[in-house]
Amino acid sequence: MPDIQTTKPAALRAGPDANGHFGQFGGRYVAETLMPLILDLEREYEAAKADPAFRAELDYLLKHYVGRPSPLYFAEPLTRHLNGAKIYLKREELNHTGAHKINNCIGQILLAKRMGKTRIIAETGAGQHGVATATVAARFGLPCTIFMGARDIERQAPNVFRMKLLGAEVRSVSSGSQTLKDAMNEALRDWVTNVHDTFYIIGTVAGPHPYPELVRDFQQVIGEEAKAQLLEAEGRLPDVAVAAVGGGSNAIGLFHPFLDDPVELVGIEAAGKGLDTDAHAASLAGGRPGVLHGNKTYLLQDADGQITEAHSISAGLDYPGIGPEHAWLHSIGRVRYEGITDAEALDAFQLLARVEGIIPALESAHAIAWAAKAAPGMAKEKIILVNLSGRGDKDIFTVAAELGVQL
Amino acid sequence: MTDRIASRFAAIRGRAGLVTFISGGDPTPDLAVPILHALVRGGADLIEIGMPFTDPMADGPAIQAGNIRALGAGMSVRKLLAIVREFRATDEATPLVMMGYLNPVLAYGPGFAADASAAGLDGVILVDLPPEERQELSLEGLHLIRLATPTTDAARLPTVLDGASGFLYYVAVAGVTGQQSAAAADVAAAVRRLKAATDLPVAVGFGVKTPEQAEAIAAHADAVVVGSAIVERIGAAHDRQSNDIPGEVEAFVSTLSRAVRGARKETAA
Repeated sequence: MPDIQTTKPAALRAGPDANGHFGQFGGRYVAETLMPLILDLEREYEAAKADPAFRAELDYLLKHYVGRPSPLYFAEPLTRHLNGAKIYLKREELNHTGAHKINNCIGQILLAKRMGKTRIIAETGAGQHGVATATVAARFGLPCTIFMGARDIERQAPNVFRMKLLGAEVRSVSSGSQTLKDAMNEALRDWVTNVHDTFYIIGTVAGPHPYPELVRDFQQVIGEEAKAQLLEAEGRLPDVAVAAVGGGSNAIGLFHPFLDDPVELVGIEAAGKGLDTDAHAASLAGGRPGVLHGNKTYLLQDADGQITEAHSISAGLDYPGIGPEHAWLHSIGRVRYEGITDAEALDAFQLLARVEGIIPALESAHAIAWAAKAAPGMAKEKIILVNLSGRGDKDIFTVAAELGVQL
Repeated sequence: MTDRIASRFAAIRGRAGLVTFISGGDPTPDLAVPILHALVRGGADLIEIGMPFTDPMADGPAIQAGNIRALGAGMSVRKLLAIVREFRATDEATPLVMMGYLNPVLAYGPGFAADASAAGLDGVILVDLPPEERQELSLEGLHLIRLATPTTDAARLPTVLDGASGFLYYVAVAGVTGQQSAAAADVAAAVRRLKAATDLPVAVGFGVKTPEQAEAIAAHADAVVVGSAIVERIGAAHDRQSNDIPGEVEAFVSTLSRAVRGARKETAA
């Protein structure tokens, strides 16, 4: 059927191209030492996708180990409180390890096993990806080293201890801004040094091709489930789907299955102390295209192309770049990206705790904050789907400090 | 345009060359030109001038520190080209190659190649620009020096060599700059493999820190690259507020060049 409505949207889910590009974004900008490895990973991933046994093992673990499907919850008290559009929460925080990160880690460790790799490395910001990686490494009996910025180690102490309990070595990174980007630099340095035995489990939809594609593929279970669950509950699709964006894995996971549908998609960047200040992590709003960590995307950078430091109250959003598929979706206008400040996220964190009895991760609180702002102005039959990507236990020290409470 | 790289390799035929690396503008941009001349006086045959970047993912601690010192002192691509221009005013012969990461070059804009070659730069090594992304920018008038590594197998080598010019840089160990060193026998085998596939001179680097290591590599390669060891000395001299950093650089490089020049004496005749 020559239907423009189906031909154009079909292209939206088709990327990246054979060289890993989403429009002008993405690609494989890595040192030559790593090139053969990522080409190898690409081949192995293609083979795994075509292998029913791989899919079966992934599905089994997602169901019995992670606890999928995660519930879709109608947030009735919050909806009543806001007195506007209906708010549904996709409860990724109920996954094993407390965030969406594990969806991707299960997939990647199965790839590592397939490729005969015997050592796992990962970078982490908030520690959620580090915990999820340490978890699957423990489950599959592989030694694991997690790189984490020294500043993040300080503000995410509970997750550091969890990783150690899980048997991982946590290596403190004191170069640069001592946050997520520096942890990623250090993980890449480790990988280039240990090419023969090491598998790098990247936690977000960034890095060289095929990472943005495969992480997205492992995360889109979020949107697929939410779509089916909402169709069952309401008999229709949401009007808006919203998720927080750092690198952007929970957001792309939620959005991708809706790209072809008439659903408004909103990605929330961390506006930190305000988009009009230097202290934010909104690379789409405040950055421009460049190359970092193996891909071309929007980056916070100065006029000379040096990467500038990001800021967010949420360690998981504290990254000066964004996944290349988001950069592309932004450039074609399919997804709208907006900013939520530290203060707004902090309010939403407390709001959800008090009204729903759910303590969200500070990352997810950015998406909640947007919904709380938007819902009152929307008709009551409208539906907002929010990705509650992680739980907030890890953030209680940060939040207490912000609220002036001594723990 | 005279091809300084080809002329230099032709001029030193019969012995290995010494390639020295510094972080451009380390510790301060105003010392860059004196340090470049000191490298030449010390016996460097070709110079790689690093363009500092905030996120040097292929570099070890020494060059990371050099980058931080230089950026802290206000280094930029624009300043690097000014340094090249000033060096060229008194040294027309020594090949100068810029080594660094793609983003600062992209940020400079599409005029980079023309401005760089007008300033007297001979080539570039862009660590994070593999052949697959070559279309990203124009490098007209500049040599594009490619890297081959221990992971570059026979199937991949033609891709690396396609479009390579100037010389081929063999990264002797899988890793970051200034860390482990390769065994001379492994290097010899790798260089033989590369030379069977290309007519370009092969320079070998990564982990070459002492005159002894440089001499061992020089027995097999067309040139030896020393970087981190020089950058470390610049850092140490800066830390103790030395008032003659160029002199210290020259003294150290002299020990390297003597070792490299002596490497093939036993086998030459």
